[in-house]
Amino acid sequence: MPEVAAVKTSVSEAVVPEVAAPRRPNIIARFFRTLRLPVNDPFAVAGLVIYLIFIATAIFADSIATHDPTEILYTPSYDLAADLRPGQDGFLMGTTSLGRDVFSQLIHGSRSALLIGVTAAFMVALIGSIIGLVAGYFGRWVDAVLMRLADIAFGIPFLPFVIVLAAFLKPSIWNVVLAMALVLWRDTARVIRSQVLTLRTRGYVEAARVAGSSDFRIILRHIAPNILPLSFLYGSIAIGWAILTEASISFLGFGDPDSISWGYMLQDAFASQALAKQAYYWFVPPGVCIILVVSAGFFITRGYENILFPKLNR
Amino acid sequence: MTILTKMGATKKSDVLVSVHDAKLHYQVGGAFAAMRGKSTVVKAVDGVTFDIRRGESVGLLGESGCGKTSMGRLLLKLEDITGGSIHFDGEELSKVHRKGLKKFRSKAQLIFQNPFDAINPRFTIRQTLSEPLENADIPRSEREDLIIKALELVKLPEPAQFLDRYPHQLSGGQLQRVVMARALILQPEFVVADEPVSMLDVSVRAGVLNVFRDVRDRLGLTAIYISHDLALVRYVCERTIVMYLGRIMEDGPTEDIVREPLHPYTKALVAAVPVPNPDQSHDPLPIGRGAPDPRNPPSGCVFRDRCPSAHARCAAEVPQPRPVGSRLVACHLF
Repeated sequence: MPEVAAVKTSVSEAVVPEVAAPRRPNIIARFFRTLRLPVNDPFAVAGLVIYLIFIATAIFADSIATHDPTEILYTPSYDLAADLRPGQDGFLMGTTSLGRDVFSQLIHGSRSALLIGVTAAFMVALIGSIIGLVAGYFGRWVDAVLMRLADIAFGIPFLPFVIVLAAFLKPSIWNVVLAMALVLWRDTARVIRSQVLTLRTRGYVEAARVAGSSDFRIILRHIAPNILPLSFLYGSIAIGWAILTEASISFLGFGDPDSISWGYMLQDAFASQALAKQAYYWFVPPGVCIILVVSAGFFITRGYENILFPKLNR
Repeated sequence: MTILTKMGATKKSDVLVSVHDAKLHYQVGGAFAAMRGKSTVVKAVDGVTFDIRRGESVGLLGESGCGKTSMGRLLLKLEDITGGSIHFDGEELSKVHRKGLKKFRSKAQLIFQNPFDAINPRFTIRQTLSEPLENADIPRSEREDLIIKALELVKLPEPAQFLDRYPHQLSGGQLQRVVMARALILQPEFVVADEPVSMLDVSVRAGVLNVFRDVRDRLGLTAIYISHDLALVRYVCERTIVMYLGRIMEDGPTEDIVREPLHPYTKALVAAVPVPNPDQSHDPLPIGRGAPDPRNPPSGCVFRDRCPSAHARCAAEVPQPRPVGSRLVACHLF
């Protein structure tokens, strides 16, 4: 231990003159430092770029889309604009069998994907983190009860659960968010709990207790900041899961018929036998979009993993 | 401080801390170990009794795993006591909750062993030292002043320059002074110091120890100094309690214990202190290495299996502390 102490001493002496008494960094800088966006990993950067494009598309969907995605369109010669090939009559990516513009549907599909992805990720990360923190910090019967609940959640088959939920409630994209909030918190909670178990024994947590800090304060100020990157990791995984789940549910026909999503497009194409019509322009783009956004999420996750577990170095 | 005067006005007993038959048992292993007939209880502290008078400094001495840190944690209500009782200023600790606990936290403090771990790396020194003040509801306007005063008390030169630094920008000695400042900032009556210099470079130990002694005398603190190092305890404390496997072996004035240890275990401890004289023969007593498995301590006297003068009675009967001259010794030889 003397070596460590000596090294620390010399390091601090070397560093102190340069950074002498830094002013308290402003709250935004602190927030971003806590977020720790993984900008060193090329995959993560690619993921971030895809996300930026994806988010921008969702925000400006109304100005990017050329048509109303649900409107039944007609050609200049007043025929139904059904099953048109890309470029035909000015439809960028062609039209569906019902005469709707594929490109506009694709653009608007990003909105529901973003909405579902972000809210589901937020719910999963939030609920999972809170349960993990409470279970890990308080231990004993609180931990036992919460972790047995997690065991039950682990036992619920996810997709059938969403379908049953959709059957009980009226079809809506929020079913997916609700189902994820009810079931997928389990993974986040488990991992964060185990992290809290180690953090709880750190000296400074004990020191806060001796200093008279309440449990709530200790959790909020001393433990939560350390598990935040883990919450983001599980949040970004949840984004991908949510989009995939929504697509599956829509494809199976349990989705919301009033909102355009990529899953809905696939289902529509499938039901209209697009493959037989060789209408690749109809079902390939939404498929590619799902793959891109979901894998972008996992790329970012990978970046977080490298930050969280530097010893994994590949 | 206001807290101090209030306390002083209400009660004036000579004894500040009174420990009676304190026990701290941990459950280890699970149903499987129990089925295989293994003991699943570690008795970290097992029937310890002592009083600490106001203003007294007591050294808690023993090798690792003897329960001295557990004892310290019990005294600060960081562990729930398994059996027996601890009274602090007349109040039983196990019955102190919420408001009472908050008051207790401002009166009893801990100085940590590892300063690198005891301060949140995300907190500046100012934030670290503000925490106890916030918890004690001290108004914002007075905090800065108290923080500077506390840092001056522990002899950190030019304290103002440290306030906005992070722990990694400080050296071990500086950090340990910050840890001490945090413990002292609310002017507690009672301080437990858990090996406060063991993680520090030898060159800065003396400085930190002197600050500790100085502050203790200046504030009239009641202190417990936990250590495995007899020399340090001798330097800081007038009274020493020697612990072994959760029990008290010997309890008395430090000088008497060092000059003429009575209990065989204390004898071995004193004999193990290196002497800076190559001509003097140095043979530690043959008590063997390491304490036995704390899950299965020997029957009777826990020191029996390492004791050079153990006899039949030691296995049959637990020796109770008996007054021998100025001290208490728990051994059948006396």
